[in-house]
Amino acid sequence: MTEPLVACPECDALHRRRALAPGTKARCVRCRAVLYRRSYLDLDHQLALVTAAILTYMIANCYPIVDLRIQGRLNSATLAGSVLSLWQEGRESVAVLVFVTTLLFPLIDLGALLVLLLLIRRGRPAAAFSPLLRFLQALRPWGMIEVFMLGIVVSLVKLSNMAQVLPGIALWAFGTLTVLLAVILSMDLHNLWDVGENAIKRPAAVPQP
Amino acid sequence: MTAPHTLSADAVPAVTTAAEAGLVACPHCHLLCRDAAGDDPALRDRLRCPRCDGRLHPRKVASLSRTWALLIAAAILYIPANAFPVMRTSTLLSTQNDTILSGIIYFWTSGSPELAVLIFSVSIVIPLLKLVTLSFLAVSIHRSATTGTRPRAHLFRIVETVGRWSMLDVFVVALMVGLVHFQGLAVIQAGPGAAAFGAVVVLTMLAAHSFDPRMIWDRASAGPPATKQTPTGNRHG
Ligand SMILES: [Zn+2]
Ligand SMILES: [Zn+2]
Repeated sequence: MTEPLVACPECDALHRRRALAPGTKARCVRCRAVLYRRSYLDLDHQLALVTAAILTYMIANCYPIVDLRIQGRLNSATLAGSVLSLWQEGRESVAVLVFVTTLLFPLIDLGALLVLLLLIRRGRPAAAFSPLLRFLQALRPWGMIEVFMLGIVVSLVKLSNMAQVLPGIALWAFGTLTVLLAVILSMDLHNLWDVGENAIKRPAAVPQP
Repeated sequence: MTAPHTLSADAVPAVTTAAEAGLVACPHCHLLCRDAAGDDPALRDRLRCPRCDGRLHPRKVASLSRTWALLIAAAILYIPANAFPVMRTSTLLSTQNDTILSGIIYFWTSGSPELAVLIFSVSIVIPLLKLVTLSFLAVSIHRSATTGTRPRAHLFRIVETVGRWSMLDVFVVALMVGLVHFQGLAVIQAGPGAAAFGAVVVLTMLAAHSFDPRMIWDRASAGPPATKQTPTGNRHG
């Protein structure tokens, strides 16, 4: 059993919790903020998606995003390579910002989610469950793969005026990753608290109604 | 719940809040907990959520002062972010410094007006809108505004969701720097404006995170937020 009442995160109004159909969300009657959601995806689907996203992330970061050709000379760049160039030029703060929002946080996000889902699946969330989930929630707004994807598109248009642009493998991988992440981010992290709690609780410890 | 329904455009259903019911919603896992601290500030700091062990505060701590501090810092950095070049293009023949605005003009004149509009929106309009809107919301809290509650709540939600897209130009600069590295032929470097602009985006995002939207509703419902036991009747003011 989950908590029968829920407070709106944006206006504090109390609501009685109701069961939702898959793919729907409950909104606050007063401010219309989303109170809670139910995904179409069950735990196994979520695990599969997160695994696919981690693999896509690897491909996206191991191969060049585009190859650029000017007067017979070829240059290709990965995301990590771009971050390194920024750093070497003395723009350390920009390098750190790009590194954190496009490389580090998305990876930690996916990794943490994978660990949490595996813990729930095992049925015995470890002591690391709560700190990890709280960390993931705090980190989430700072992962910006979808903004970066738009940045790739804008850069390509800009570069196509000055050189010959050949799309690389990572370009398609980033596109795929953006779609996968959109689905993953549409899953409500807060559901994991309930799922996790139910997984720890032994049958005897279930509170009376 | 016998609130009379006034049929104004701004009519909002009468509700009981968690604070009025003596409850605190955990800011991390949203578990509703009984507010054992009451008016004791020492106890308040030690209260923790039984489910996730997070600190339990009914509202974000020092929300308005944090929001103001971050907004002011962002507003100051907004000037170098737009005045200094974000990108420096060196070719055999010339060196060109681009600010955010000149980058937008370049797209406009080189036959990509839709990209010019896109970058103008995320790099100029959204940061400005965030600074102005968050200041307006903070002022309305100071003045205990009771009207336009729902529009203000909507405004905050928009500002909170669109903010991240301002990072677009920083990513474009990063990619250009990584890609255009042809020694002796052409090199692109990031200018000091890029760092300032990135800082503006981060600071405005932090400012939105610090702002507690529940304050909008606290002041709109009857009286100061301390009156926890207010009955839910006369809410439509
Ligand atoms: Zn609400
Ligand atoms: Zn909690």
